Amino acid sequence: MKIIVPVKRVVDYNVKVRVKSDGSGIETAGVKMSMNPFDEIAVEEAVRLKEKGVATEIIAVSLGVPQCAETIRTALAMGADRGILVESDADLQPLAVAKLLKAIVDKEQPQLVILGKQAIDDDMSATGQMLAALLGWSQGTFASKLAVDGNTLTVTREVDGGLETVALTLPSIVTTDLRLNEPRYASLPNIMKARKKPIATMKPADLGVDVTPRLTVLKVTEPPKRKAGQKVGSVAELVSKLKTEAKVI
Amino acid sequence: MTSLVLLEFDASGIKQPSRSAVAAATALGEVHALVAGAGLADAAAAAAKLPGVAKVLVADNPALDHLLAEPTAALLVALAPNYSHLLAATTAVGKNVMPRVAALLDVQPISDIAGVVDADTFIRPIYAGNGLATVKSSDGKKVITVRAASFDPVAADGGNAPIEAVTVGDLPGLSKFVSAELSKSERPELTAARVVISGGRGMQNGENFKLIEPIADKLGAAVGASRAAVDAGFVPNEFQVGQTGKIVAPELYIAVGISGAIQHLAGMKDSKVIVAINKDEEAPIFQVADYGLVADLFQAVPELKAELEKA
Repeated sequence: MKIIVPVKRVVDYNVKVRVKSDGSGIETAGVKMSMNPFDEIAVEEAVRLKEKGVATEIIAVSLGVPQCAETIRTALAMGADRGILVESDADLQPLAVAKLLKAIVDKEQPQLVILGKQAIDDDMSATGQMLAALLGWSQGTFASKLAVDGNTLTVTREVDGGLETVALTLPSIVTTDLRLNEPRYASLPNIMKARKKPIATMKPADLGVDVTPRLTVLKVTEPPKRKAGQKVGSVAELVSKLKTEAKVI
Repeated sequence: MTSLVLLEFDASGIKQPSRSAVAAATALGEVHALVAGAGLADAAAAAAKLPGVAKVLVADNPALDHLLAEPTAALLVALAPNYSHLLAATTAVGKNVMPRVAALLDVQPISDIAGVVDADTFIRPIYAGNGLATVKSSDGKKVITVRAASFDPVAADGGNAPIEAVTVGDLPGLSKFVSAELSKSERPELTAARVVISGGRGMQNGENFKLIEPIADKLGAAVGASRAAVDAGFVPNEFQVGQTGKIVAPELYIAVGISGAIQHLAGMKDSKVIVAINKDEEAPIFQVADYGLVADLFQAVPELKAELEKA
């Protein structure tokens, strides 16, 4: 089967992000960008399915500024076969992203789309579910394990109280949780090989999708800072302060 | 303007995060509540008692058991024409179902709101809570998940709403529930606990989490963990507090052997009182802690247990 893996370019997870002083957003100029960590897990899972002989082809898709091509290259170096870049300077929100991905799915006809469960920038956790809805497909979100058997995809999901296993009729959408796998590092030879793999470039208009944002960001502020606390010298002092000062025990 | 809130429930009643979602919805106008699943008499009765709920809709159908995304979303979409806002708590169920609803309605969902400004405008955390975005939706209908830690839940008792059965049309049969492995615990749920005690990488192994259990029992606390502790396999993922785990805001949060990575702080920094026990004086957790104890946890935790037992 063919698998599509959407990959998002986000501020690297190690970067301490800062709110812009004019309150218009988060400072991204000159900041290190990387593939969204959950998307790395998605790419890894697709590559493992290919190594097991379940998948035949993996297409990495990214949407956004031209530099998203680098994110696709990372996926190609990990083992994806080819890339599709949908170039846009717009603020692409999950609804628009889901519509663009649907248009690509309609063309490419994969049986499975694996996405990260959330992007660590907007923390929306929505795109996979929305794509499943637009396609009328089943969805296995927050997956910690998946197995393909004929036309059925069995997904173990991380839910609030533990794990839940569902059986889905393919084609399906899967979104990845942390424990699904540990993504590999691309080897140098594979990074070199990835340079030769093809990336097709298109625009939202080519896919007939209106990407106008539905949410307007009015302002972004810093969260209230906690007041500086105090160091206590002993457990006895801690317990006493929790009782008499904080009054929480 | 009327909102519909999808409720989650268990044998003990309507879950606390859902009661927080009701609280958020009351800021928007009249509130109706939806319980869906199979065998709902108790859940419907519990929903009817929630203060602020004007009507309870009951969708009793075996296909809705376990609130799988595909049928539950279809149900909400069928009910949507009567409502201006559709809400659920930001839980595994809410996160799974609501974006699907939104896409079917051609709406951009507003995930994990921490504040209501007006009927169109909401505050939500971004970048692991390092920014608070005020967003205004231009969609005719709003589909929202609610950060439970940011809204005081409505009480479990006090209301007396009428209960109305809804007819459930055809539901998609794309998915099937197979099994659930839920951790059995006598302790409160992480997101509902008044006190949370969490262990980090400093715990060194899963066995050592037993050290904090008697303290949790003594304080009636839930046990949590940092992502590092989960990644290292000390405890299962459902213990995880943080950007990608559970968001908690208890009255007292005790962080044991947790360094305080940004993504962990994102899950607990709204706690009322934070205690940190860590042997590394420079650990970032001390920057958010109200009370910091620089100590080896293997000494401090047994001492803490003894000290609490004295009282």
